[in-house]
Amino acid sequence: MTRCFQIHAADNVATALDDLVPGPVELLGVTSGTQVQAIEAIQLGHKLALRAIPEGEPVTKFGVPIGIASSRIEPGSWVHLHNCHSQVDERSSHLDVHTGAAKDTHYA
Amino acid sequence: MLETTHDALKNRTWQGFLRQDGRKGIRDLILVIYTVECASFVAHGVAAGEDDVHVIGFGGCYDNEYAIRLMLALATHPNVGGCLAIGLGCEYTQPAKLAEVAEKSGRPSDWFYIQNEGGTKTGIERGKAAVRALRKKMDAQAQRVPMGWSDLIVGAECGGSDGTSGLAGNPVVGRFYDYLVEQGGSAVFEEVVEMIGLKKIMLDRAATPEVAKELDAAYQKAENYCKAVRQWSVSPGNFAGGLTSIEEKSMGAFAKSGSQPIQGVLRVAQPVPKPGLWLLDSVPDDHFMQFGYTNPNDTEGIMDLIATGAQIVMFVTGRGSVIGSPVSPLIKVTGNSRTYSRMQDDMDFDAGVILSGKRTLDEAAYDLMAMVGDVAAGQQSKPESLGHREYFVMYKHQNTPELAAGCHA
Repeated sequence: MTRCFQIHAADNVATALDDLVPGPVELLGVTSGTQVQAIEAIQLGHKLALRAIPEGEPVTKFGVPIGIASSRIEPGSWVHLHNCHSQVDERSSHLDVHTGAAKDTHYA
Repeated sequence: MLETTHDALKNRTWQGFLRQDGRKGIRDLILVIYTVECASFVAHGVAAGEDDVHVIGFGGCYDNEYAIRLMLALATHPNVGGCLAIGLGCEYTQPAKLAEVAEKSGRPSDWFYIQNEGGTKTGIERGKAAVRALRKKMDAQAQRVPMGWSDLIVGAECGGSDGTSGLAGNPVVGRFYDYLVEQGGSAVFEEVVEMIGLKKIMLDRAATPEVAKELDAAYQKAENYCKAVRQWSVSPGNFAGGLTSIEEKSMGAFAKSGSQPIQGVLRVAQPVPKPGLWLLDSVPDDHFMQFGYTNPNDTEGIMDLIATGAQIVMFVTGRGSVIGSPVSPLIKVTGNSRTYSRMQDDMDFDAGVILSGKRTLDEAAYDLMAMVGDVAAGQQSKPESLGHREYFVMYKHQNTPELAAGCHA
């Protein structure tokens, strides 16, 4: 089974240790031994929501807020630039969600 | 049995090079320094084909105090035994002065202007002759001495971070830092711009209330700087690797500091004053010229770390990186086993074994400590053996360490 890792008990996200596909995922870390359901594909290193995160609520990893949910996040879904915004870095919310490439720099 | 192995590791010694200023190095290098871009071709020509001759230089024709302090710190670095400064002959930065400071520190040194030597070919010949003469003098005065962990300063940087960096790569370096400091060694970490959102967590680590004030000032300066230049220290590759925000990247990056108390904030080119864990502040100070970004690339930060006197630098990279460094070997650590197997020629250490459950964090940290000991004893790290010697000296404004100390008093 594919795996993800929760680093702090207060976290509402876990980090994928494999490329996840929809279905059961083994949860390692502070809550070792349990299972969660991924509802979409999530790449290694990316985050999976462990529970529902309402719009405007903090996304918590390492026990600290790493951003704010910009729309409601369902349990088991991919948490990234499209639904989680930095509290300081405004530019990052406008990057390509898959490649991280900047879309505000002109090449012609 | 395991305890005995760990004790042996903690008591490990190796042969180092004692400099006349009392510092101890793990390599015996000649550093060629050029003082303007126009002299860079000749400088690299001098070093080409020579063993243990590294090159750094500053590209600007107008001089800059930060760049000069950085180059002087590298010219008198523990791993450097001799210095050759090469100028074109027009620029503000004076090669004679660089050579003079290096010579005064007990390192045989020389300098010349290319314009006085006739040009490219004769300049390279003149430089190669100087390198041979310097090596002869260095060998004549060489003193080998035993070194241990308490003689070691280790820097740590991360770059090309991904979701594994905060889970494995940085934590394993942090745990190794804890062991190093326990053994009386020195550990330096930097990237204040990657501590965004962690002010309280960082201040809680201060050794004294005075240090907390220094950390607070460094943090505030970094945040203001990033706001002003509208660029936070996070890159497209970080996002593609799963990091969503500078806050998330920061928590991962800060893990490389381990858990020891922070003894203070160093300025660029300021030597580590006493053993322990130190934060290096490489962020520019307020100035009428802003001189661009604070951390334009990984190499710039690595140069600043080496300038503290670090004889070895740890580089944590989740996604993989193919840089190295002059003066001090770079040891590459990745928390991503996929990256390790894909880039095995470049990666020294796979911390992904922690995530796969093959090793505990403690076990992996001891493995890493053993590897650092091997490199200190003379074994080449992977970037070192591949010949990677990237350097980057930029225009930047930082008040002198003396002035900065005065401000804190």
